[in-house]
Amino acid sequence: MDITELSISQLVKNIKSGEISVKEVMKSYIENINKKESKIKAFIHLDIDNALKKAEELDRMREKNGVLFGVPFAVKDNINVLNTETTAGSKILKGYISPYDATAVEKVKKENAIIIGKTNMDEFAMGSSTENSAFFPTHNPVNVEYVPGGSSGGSAAAVKSKEVLAALGSDTGGSVREPASFCGIVGLKPTYGLVSRYGLIAFSSSLDQIGPLARNVEDAAVLLNVIAGFDSRDETSVNIEKKDYTALLGKEIKGKKIGIIKEITDFDLQQEIKSALNKTVDTLNKLQAEVIEVSIPHLKYALPVYYIIAPSEASANLARFDGVRYGLIREGNNLKETYQLTRTEGFGEEVKRRILIGTFALSSGYYDAYYLKASKVRRIIANEFENAFKKVDALLLPTTATTAFKIGEKKSPLEMYATDIFTIPVNLAGLPAISIPSGNDKKGLPIGMQLIGKWFKEEELLQIAYSIENGG
Amino acid sequence: MSEYKPTIGLEIHVQLATKTKIFCSCSTEFGDEPNTNVCPVCLGLPGALPVLNEKVVEYAVRLGSALNMTINKVSTFYRKNYFYPDLPKGYQITQYAIPIASEGFLEIKTKKGKRKIRIQRGHIEEDAGKSIHTGDITESQYSYIDFNRSGVPLMEIVTYPDIETAEEAYEFLVLLRKTVRYLGVSSGDMEKGALRCDVNVSVSKNDKIGTKVEIKNLNSFKSVRRAVEYEVKRQIDVLENGGSVVQETRHLNEKTGETVAMRTKEELNDYRYFPEPDLPPLILTDEFIEKIKKELPELPLQKEERFIKEYGIKEDYAHDIASSIELANYFEAVCRATKKPKEVANFLMTNIMKYLNKTGKQITEISFNEKKFAEFLSLIDNGTISKNIAKEVIDQSLETGKSPKEIVKERGLVQITDEDAIKEIVLEVLKENPKPVSQYLSGKTQTIGFLIGQVMKKTKGKANPQIVNKLLRNALMKMKK
Ligand SMILES: [Zn+2]
Repeated sequence: MDITELSISQLVKNIKSGEISVKEVMKSYIENINKKESKIKAFIHLDIDNALKKAEELDRMREKNGVLFGVPFAVKDNINVLNTETTAGSKILKGYISPYDATAVEKVKKENAIIIGKTNMDEFAMGSSTENSAFFPTHNPVNVEYVPGGSSGGSAAAVKSKEVLAALGSDTGGSVREPASFCGIVGLKPTYGLVSRYGLIAFSSSLDQIGPLARNVEDAAVLLNVIAGFDSRDETSVNIEKKDYTALLGKEIKGKKIGIIKEITDFDLQQEIKSALNKTVDTLNKLQAEVIEVSIPHLKYALPVYYIIAPSEASANLARFDGVRYGLIREGNNLKETYQLTRTEGFGEEVKRRILIGTFALSSGYYDAYYLKASKVRRIIANEFENAFKKVDALLLPTTATTAFKIGEKKSPLEMYATDIFTIPVNLAGLPAISIPSGNDKKGLPIGMQLIGKWFKEEELLQIAYSIENGG
Repeated sequence: MSEYKPTIGLEIHVQLATKTKIFCSCSTEFGDEPNTNVCPVCLGLPGALPVLNEKVVEYAVRLGSALNMTINKVSTFYRKNYFYPDLPKGYQITQYAIPIASEGFLEIKTKKGKRKIRIQRGHIEEDAGKSIHTGDITESQYSYIDFNRSGVPLMEIVTYPDIETAEEAYEFLVLLRKTVRYLGVSSGDMEKGALRCDVNVSVSKNDKIGTKVEIKNLNSFKSVRRAVEYEVKRQIDVLENGGSVVQETRHLNEKTGETVAMRTKEELNDYRYFPEPDLPPLILTDEFIEKIKKELPELPLQKEERFIKEYGIKEDYAHDIASSIELANYFEAVCRATKKPKEVANFLMTNIMKYLNKTGKQITEISFNEKKFAEFLSLIDNGTISKNIAKEVIDQSLETGKSPKEIVKERGLVQITDEDAIKEIVLEVLKENPKPVSQYLSGKTQTIGFLIGQVMKKTKGKANPQIVNKLLRNALMKMKK
């Protein structure tokens, strides 16, 4: 038995039955890390000694509790883990040791997963390739010349290379789904408000959501069971009944209505991705789901709307990094100089660009034309999705228009921004969506298909994704 | 030359006296060791999120209602962006577009009679930390920041520019302080920063409002009065000398009483307000609002008017007693126990107030309770002590904590009502003072006052004055015959 091939439920079952020890599990994964990490560079912070210690601790436990018992786990570096360096991929937070656990981390720890490290990311989650990390780029395990996607590129690469079994990422405009797609794994962005944001370093507060990166739909559902739920420390978390997101997995999807967004044809799709989309439609037909066309007329405005809203919120969210209380401090001759020196040195180019865009968009005289207008279009897009969901149970579209690109290949910011055209609308509407692997292109790079579900209907979304995953 | 009319508006930050901060559960205790009442939320650590304290909402609705404001069932939070070391997130969470309360008024008493000062809005927000500079800010090598105050709840009250004099501004603030104390929503202590006031002043000869000057960070009621007085005069001088008033922010030099312009750079702030994405709109139910309104206590002016009507006490006594909820409660408790409001008001505003002022004690701290007060008044009523002696008895009782009866007994202060005993002294006095006696007999009857005084002196004030008067007149009458 290759331990690192087991799914979460299989692994935990084997550990609990005494078949294998947590230490054995950890050693198998560490072997992978030793073999691959130097090429992949998925982690900003890795603590193997502590992981082994924790494994021994778990092995000594008489009661082996927790649905993630002994699962080697990684957390994106913008999610706070107690007493651990938490940098969000930024120089400005280098050396910052968090004094608390994010709610999602607390829940994962409670289920006895072993967090072995913090994964690399685009600085403050701003990027689609993990090249914007202040420290180093992460490489795609499928082909190390290519980017793993971003911003949760480290988490996706760590899962794909089997350095861990599963990981947490965050998704503001596609940051879980796009790297999942590029690396050929599963990435889920839950409905806004389903998973607490407490402890997630904010990029764009009204869009951010923590989500799992996993090898398959079932693992993603198991993880969602753990991290979902109301949190009194996050006022945007929604108090809905607790559900079992694995409950519908394997149940047939006959008669379900799946929508294809008509406006997708307005965008340039890589040929193989077009074929993959058609193949998925065939699979759905085979599964006796009904595929129908729907319209989201304002889809093309999602990108510009996002690049007003997200930078605006970011410009405020990142104001706290000022060199006064924690993180990087570069003292100047006066207060203003200290701010300038610290922020000039501490933030990377892309982060500065977005702070400038956001600051501009919120400035008096421009607020109405930019922020307010963008907020209105955002509402229109959400309404169009709501109308579409009156006709369908889920929407199907590619996660990205192209497969992964080479490290260093995309030069202009606008080129990079366009990577997220199919994932961003989902965040604007606060909907749940999942990216699942859907074959490879000619170069052998993974293709991802995206399914968008109804608000708080993750169980149904996962059911459909699972059927496609296993029925193709 | 026509008169200049000042137009004055106030912006007052009221620190709400909740036990915990507005967006986290840290204590709001004043004066603790610096940076001990802090957590990831009020330190603005990465990843922390605000959660609105319901008590803050309750207090704000209470204050808003007491200021006759409309409570908005839906209000929203915004981020006010600016950099300052004691502002840990780089923005302040406040209310902007729709505050929790809007459009109300507070009625003040002025020399011209009652005046309604309209209030435009009342919104809730978080306080910043406190910067402590070593020495002068411009030369200070280091500054320290105490984040204990970061996240302490504030309600900002903004008036319309309805105020016309420094005195009115002062009266408004005094009444507002009384009101917040009545409601229990704030300590109202200006010196502790629980009330902070900015003033807008302009002057004009006609209906067009003049250029507005803001005076910031006034930290006492007197400062507000002085600043307004000075600023009105300054602006009139400027205009009279052919100049024009510059729109600017000034502050009061506490030593000279003059207002001084602050660097104009600080005014160029663009706060880039936008809706706070971490907090959904604040939605209040009718039941919540109605319940708070129903539980509102009687307010200072209502109480004052009721005291005059119900107890028939003097207007200035009613005003002073109603100025503090504790004093008013004490007064009413004693009135219930004694049914003698006028006497109670008299002794309260003279002897008891004198004692409180002298000792610095609060009315709630004295042992002279309604029971002792009742006992005291009955001693006067049943003639045990005279009105003169009464003052000594209440003073002694306040001072020592002993009951009035004990004081009377210990000091032998019982009024002498025995006519034979008094008669003896009367005769003695007549014998010893032949001159006033003969003056009286020759028609200068006012000398009887002197003779009464002599009798009282001999009895150490204990003789019943009515009896002394009667016996003296009788004796003198006999001598005349
Ligand atoms: Zn706190």
